[in-house]
Order: sequence, then structure tokens, then C-alpha cells
Amino acid sequence: MKKLLSKFGPFLGLVLVIGLFSLSGEIRDYFLSYANFKIILTQTVIVAIGALGMTLIIVSGGIDLSVGSVIALCSVVGALLIQQAWPLVAVVLTVIACGGLVGLLNGGAIAVLRVTPFIITLGMLGIARGVAKWLANNETVNYDASPLNGWMTTADPFGWALPAGAWVALGLAVITAVMLRHTVFGRHIFALGSNEATARLCGVATTRTKVLIYALAGCFFGLAGLMQLSRLRQGDPTVAVGVELDIIAAVIIGGASLNGGVGTVLGSMIGALIMAVLRNGSQQMGWPTYFQEIIIGAVIIAAVFLDRLRQAKRE
Amino acid sequence: MTRLRLTGIDKAFGATQALRGVSLAVAAGEVHALIGENGAGKSTLMKVLSGVVRPDAGTMELDGAPYLPSDTLAARRHGVAMIYQELSLAPHLSAWENIVLGSEPHRLGWLDKKEARARARGALARLAHGHLDLDRAAGEFSIAEQQVIEIARALLAEPRVLIMDEPTSSLTQADTERLFAVVRQLRAEGVSVIYISHFLEEVRQVADRFTVLKDGQTVGSGELAAVSQAEIVRLMVGREVRKLYPARTGRPGAVVLTLRAPSGPALELRAGEILGVAGLIGAGRTELLRAVFGLDKSALYVTTPARRWAEGVGFLSENRKEEGLMLPLSVAENTTLTKFSALARGGWLRTGGIEAVTADWIGRLGIKTRGPKQAVGELSGGNQQKVALARLLQHPAKILLLDEPTRGIDVGSKAQIYALIAQLAAEGRAVVLVSSYLPELFGLCDRIAVMRRGALVECRDRAAWTEPELMTVAVGAAA
Repeated sequence: MKKLLSKFGPFLGLVLVIGLFSLSGEIRDYFLSYANFKIILTQTVIVAIGALGMTLIIVSGGIDLSVGSVIALCSVVGALLIQQAWPLVAVVLTVIACGGLVGLLNGGAIAVLRVTPFIITLGMLGIARGVAKWLANNETVNYDASPLNGWMTTADPFGWALPAGAWVALGLAVITAVMLRHTVFGRHIFALGSNEATARLCGVATTRTKVLIYALAGCFFGLAGLMQLSRLRQGDPTVAVGVELDIIAAVIIGGASLNGGVGTVLGSMIGALIMAVLRNGSQQMGWPTYFQEIIIGAVIIAAVFLDRLRQAKRE
Repeated sequence: MTRLRLTGIDKAFGATQALRGVSLAVAAGEVHALIGENGAGKSTLMKVLSGVVRPDAGTMELDGAPYLPSDTLAARRHGVAMIYQELSLAPHLSAWENIVLGSEPHRLGWLDKKEARARARGALARLAHGHLDLDRAAGEFSIAEQQVIEIARALLAEPRVLIMDEPTSSLTQADTERLFAVVRQLRAEGVSVIYISHFLEEVRQVADRFTVLKDGQTVGSGELAAVSQAEIVRLMVGREVRKLYPARTGRPGAVVLTLRAPSGPALELRAGEILGVAGLIGAGRTELLRAVFGLDKSALYVTTPARRWAEGVGFLSENRKEEGLMLPLSVAENTTLTKFSALARGGWLRTGGIEAVTADWIGRLGIKTRGPKQAVGELSGGNQQKVALARLLQHPAKILLLDEPTRGIDVGSKAQIYALIAQLAAEGRAVVLVSSYLPELFGLCDRIAVMRRGALVECRDRAAWTEPELMTVAVGAAA
């Protein structure tokens, strides 16, 4: 019973949030419509893809604060490449590699310099943002048209089809979940977060695993940058400020522990949905943005507190 | 046949010569006890063996071939595995994942769970623990079971030499017996076991031969059956420890505290008395002390640690590394923490003041340290415990709640701590002593109470107990 509860905790949270917004007669009809569901899914994509990478990092006992800046940097790089008339496939791969490179630098510095992830990625938050502004000449990077623009929208807003971005996020979520559960690399991520000293003692290549985790997560953040570019249809070096906090919140709400060793992809995805539903519902209620920020902050604290109660009961 | 032979091993850390020409010979299929006081060099020697540090001089041979591991992994590959005193499992991973960690069977990175579980099951079965639930998170097993899981992990590497560092320090009697069975099984399979322990009685039960280290040198070795306990102790401390337990004088005074568990009789603690609390691990002894001290919420005691300190009650945690001490902070800060406000002027802490107070206690308790400024984490276990005691004593507490005060420390330090406790009682302080080590309860206490399943079951004068009687009450068997 307890196990079930801890497994479905985030899911219950999602149902609760949806239920609360449905109480309002004013917004219920539209809020619960399929069209709005599609909007929420689309709004979730960027945080969800980011949360996949962040899940790897947090489960391994680390943290990455540079995500927002990396998303902005990657969206600028993507826009510049489209300006240069690169083919779509090359743009996509290069932008993902760009995110991966930043992750590689993060992971390398953390593993080799042995400085805590908090500090390294805090530094990278500034560096990546600065490079983004530098590359973009401190203004938005515009381009005429690109097939990329269709990823985050569908031709018919009231049709059944989901935008490509949502499918990409869903597919990656499945792959990541399987990777975490069924591969040696995935289990080593858990071992690293659960007890790093033990992992090293048992012959896990901790340095290499760490670098790989941050690099792989960086690829996810690069992809999130592409989605950001698709949504805005221009490269904006000032975009996505503070998105890392939404992403971290989604992972924590999803049941991961900041101490490492605990976390699931499903939980993180539901956490990302909870964040999107909260924002979507608040907007429809006509609540001002500052009020949304307060609510989301309170939800994060409540989620972590509930998680602690859950853990305490288990012991 | 000699499995492992060390000759003339030297190792220095800075100016400290930790090992000086140490030699050690272990045969195949032998349990070899490594005995010595804290600081005698046992840990350093084991670090050399398991590849954590390299010796400055000397040779090591494993089955006749030169052996010089570059790191712990290389040592494991050579078949030298170490079971650490602090368990090293990944608590969130399942039992089988912990056992195969680092050597997972896989195809192109894809985990072969069936094979992994079969290997884990096989290793546990060799240790007669095949019944353990492989899918449970390692952190949810009992300490004893976790230890078995760790040994199972070491077994997967088919070790030739298995080093066990104080494996029974947190085990109950029954679990200790079970562990011995495991050790004997390994011996029968031809594994050489190096067994480090402070419990000399225990060493006799399980080991064949012994080597004693003192001040970084080998001072004796041979067949255990051929020497007496007293001879080993003499080798260890270089002097005859005639009496481990001090003579007790004085008689109990007024009642200073009443001990109440959730059920069972209330016990009155008197000034000048040492009251022992015996029981199995998990019987609720630690919980009792924590409730009295206000660390855990309890219906029986409404108080807080701050209030207890003010009333003159001091508490020594059984967990000195995580709770009892702040390892990165200095000896001085750890010693005077409870009296910071008394040692400060207008909120300004005078470093010189607390260091002077601490230097005094370092001298009185014979704490081996470079000085008040040294980080507590750099001291040996026995000396760390003395720092924790110094905090209680300088406070000065009238009532001392001591939870396993001699766990994991050497005989010499134990004798000093026993003498100290006896002296405190003679000065009129009341002591509650929780211990899993019956000889020290019988050696030191006026009365001994037994706890079982959270309840205080029975309390008698020391003379009215025998060890078997007490154990019978503790395990709840019919007398």
C-alpha cells in the first residue's frame, strides 16, 4: 500500500491539481477540453526534455544550474545556422552537439577539478548566457522560415494530432526510462548517487560515468533549446531565464531526491506536467504572473515535504 | 602454504612513521587475527594491502608472486578484498545490484538481470543466506544482513584474501555467531581471512593465528591456542593491564532522575551510581536515552536537549561520526560547544579561551592530538571518543547518559574510559551506561537493567546477575 502510494504520489498530485482548477465553473469547460490538453502538452515539452537530462544528473547526486542559459545558447546557435541555410538535419545535430559540448565541459570540470556541481554549473550559467549574447550580437537572431517552426505547433489547433515536439519528448522519455532501468550505465548512475565511494570501490568508472552523465544531459538541454527556437521562431539570447528551476522542481516533485540515488523518468514527466498545468490553469483563472510564481514555489516546498513524510514512514 | 607474505613494510605520512619494518604471513585457508591498539598501524597496513596507499619500503608476495596493487581495484583483481568497518553499500540499490555492482553481466551495455540475480543468489547461498530478498533495497536490511551482502559482493571476485575490519562492532551476539559461521565457511573453501577486532574473546573463537602490532611494528605472532589472553594484552599495550575495570567505591546518594520506558517498571537513578542498560540491538536502549534527553519526541519526557544540558544532563551518542562530533571542526570547538555562551563575552567567542580550556582536557584525558586546533576527524576512534567525553565533563554534567561509550576503540583507551567513568561516579555524578558488551557492564555497574522490545524488563544489583541469566532475559527465553 505504502509502496503504491509512493509510486503514484506524483500522479495523485497531478489529478489533484487538475481537479482543483476544474472546480471553477468559469474555466472548467475549456480547461478540460482536448484542445487545452494539447496546449498543456506542448507547453510541457521544453521542461519535460530538460527534466529528462536533469533526472540523470539528480539521480547521480549532482545538479545543473546552467540549463536556462544552455537553452538560450543553443537556440541562438540554431537560429544562426538556419540563417546560413544549413539543412535541417545538420542544424538539429549540431545544436544537440552544442548542448552536449557544454555538458561535457560541466562534467569534465566537476569530475576532474573535483569542484561541486553547484559551483561549476553556476559558473556555466553565466558563461553560456554570455556566449549566447556574444554570438547573437546582443540581439535576437531572425530568419525567414524553417521546417523547425512546425515542431511545437500543429496546422489545425483543434484537430487530434499532437505536435512533433510532444512525440519527441514522449519517445525520449521511454528510451531514457529503459536506459536507466536496464543498462549497466543506467544502474551505475543510481549507484553513483546512492554511494559514490562504494561505486568507486566496486570498480565503477566514476569519473567517466559522471562526464558521460553531464554530456548526455547536455544533449537533452540542446534539444530543449531547439524546441525553444521552434516555439519563438527566432534565436533569443535572453530567453529561458530561470527555466532550470522549473526543471529541477519537476524532477523533485516527481519523487527524486536531491541527495541522489532516487528518481524515475515517469515521475519527472508527471512533475513537468504538474508545472505546466499549474501555469496553464492560473493563466485561465486570470491570476497575475506573480501569483503563479508564489503558487509554484509553495507547490515545490509541499512536494518535498510530502516526500519526506513518505520516506520517514518507510523507515 | 603461505598465501600472503609481507616483509619489512615501511610507511610514513609526513613526519609520522606509521609502519616500521612490519612483517605478516598468512596461510591459505587460515583466519588470521590482526590485533593492536588504535594507532598501532593496523589501518595503515590494511590500506597498504588493499591498494589505498603504497608502502615506502618492503616487499609483498601473494601466492609466491610479487604483489603491489596500484589502487583498490587492482587489489580486487588480484583477489584481495576488504570489508570495511563502515558498511559500503549503495542503500538505494537492491541487494542483487549491490552484489554485482562494478561487475554486472551485460550484453553491449544491456544488463543481463537473470544472470546477475543468479550470481547474487549463488554468492548469498555460499554464505548460507540464500533466503534474503534480492529485490529489497540494501538500506532496508539489518546491519548484519548488509554485512553479509557486502561479503557476498567480495565473494564474486573469488577472493584469495578477505580483510574484515571490526566486522562485529555493531552486531548482536546471535548475528556474530552467524558471521563466524560465514568466516569458517570461507576458511573451509581455502580463503585466507585477515580478521581485525578489539574483542579478544571473539578473536579466540574464530581465528587460528595472530599478529600483534604496536607503534607500527610487529611485536608478536603465533598460534592463538598457545597464548593466554593476558599475554596478548601485554603485547598490545606493552605493559600488563592487570585490571581492565577499576575498583568502585562510594555509595549511591539521592535520586536524581527517573528512567521510564513505554512499559515496564520505572527506575530511579541515584547520584554516584552507575546503572547499566543491557539488551539486544533494537531493544530500545538508545531510544530510551534519546527520549530522556529530549532528542526524540516521547510522551514520557517533555524536554529538549538545550534544557537538559542546562539541568546538568549530558548525552554521549553511540554514533560519534554522524551525530556525536562535528568531524571537520577542531577539538576545541567540539569540546566546548555546549558552553560557548559561557566562554563568550557579549556574543564574541574568545578562541584563546576555548583553546585553553580544551588544552586542559587534552591533558587530563590523555587525548592524542597535535593540539586544540586539530580537526577531530583526523584523530583515531578512541581519541575521538575522548573528545566527546571531554565535552560532557567540562560542561560539567551531573547526570551522564552514555550510549556505547567504548564502541570500536582499543583496549588501552577502554581501560582509561572505564577509569574515568568510575571516577565520575565517585565524584557523585550519576551514570547511565548503555552497552552491548556484557563484560564492561559487569565490570563497571552497580545495577544492570535489561531491555527487551522497547520495555524495561528487569533490574538487579550486579551481583545478583550472571551473564547467562541476563542473556536469557534479554532474548526473552523462558528461564
